[in-house]
Amino acid sequence: MQTLGQQLANPTRFMALSARLLPWLSALAAVLLVIGLYLALVVAPPDYQQGETVRIMFVHVPAAWLAMFTYVLIAISGFGLLVFRHPLADVSAKAAAPIGALFTALALITGSLWGKPMWGTYWVWDARLTSVLLLLFLYLGLIALRSSIEDETLAGKLTAVLGLVGVALLPVIRFSVEWWNTLHQPASVLRLDGPAIHASILVPLLVMVAAFTALFAAMHLKAMRNEILRRRVKALTMIEVDRQSRLAADPTRGT
Amino acid sequence: MDLGPHAAFIWAAYGVVALMLAALIGWLIVDGRNQQHRLDDLEARGLGRRRSSDAPRKT
Repeated sequence: MQTLGQQLANPTRFMALSARLLPWLSALAAVLLVIGLYLALVVAPPDYQQGETVRIMFVHVPAAWLAMFTYVLIAISGFGLLVFRHPLADVSAKAAAPIGALFTALALITGSLWGKPMWGTYWVWDARLTSVLLLLFLYLGLIALRSSIEDETLAGKLTAVLGLVGVALLPVIRFSVEWWNTLHQPASVLRLDGPAIHASILVPLLVMVAAFTALFAAMHLKAMRNEILRRRVKALTMIEVDRQSRLAADPTRGT
Repeated sequence: MDLGPHAAFIWAAYGVVALMLAALIGWLIVDGRNQQHRLDDLEARGLGRRRSSDAPRKT
């Protein structure tokens, strides 16, 4: 009996399964987003210290969560490629990188827009902000490295190695607010002693996190499908070029 | 909806998120259509099924 991973190793089977899954995931993301935005902008009360600006948290935290989550996914995909040679691992890593870069950029931009009214500045070179900026550069590095190598197999392996090395940055980001003095507040949701946020703000936040995660899953699935199609197009184009060159060398074959 | 004196920052944050996500979703849809169109075009020219004689030769 095949495991789900083995079943999905067949790109044709993956395309069939993802085609059925994608509309449901997209609908789930849309529904959760509508509910989440209503809770975030209408229902959630202003914070007793930060006032209305706390509403930026409802887009900032999900973006930051996905910036980290996407990188973990890329690292797992890289591991899957290098160790198990899973055919879809490289497709997954390649498809995830631009999405991760976008969420990292969103975390930085929304953080800056939150920082100006609360800290009095858009940016400080403190440990949390700087380490997240490094994560964005890491994503851009992965994209640049892959696009600079024409051989798809070699590009996949090299980006997988870089992806795995870059994992070392994740604990630095996570614990930067505890290891160093920073303007950024410490963790308030994922804590050993439970969330330090009142339920009236925590619930909208969790709904928005779920909505962004569902949206990410849908976008990642779509990007993976596009990448599989792109590789099929590339393979068929190579066959056509080869056929044309053989025909040019021996015109009698075409008759 | 009154979001107080910092409303501009709040709307800007939501606006940037909406714009960038919409752009990514749009790009994914357009890219998918383009790839499918190119694949359909190649398959219409009889390249859909790989035959042993079609496989690129190693030099």
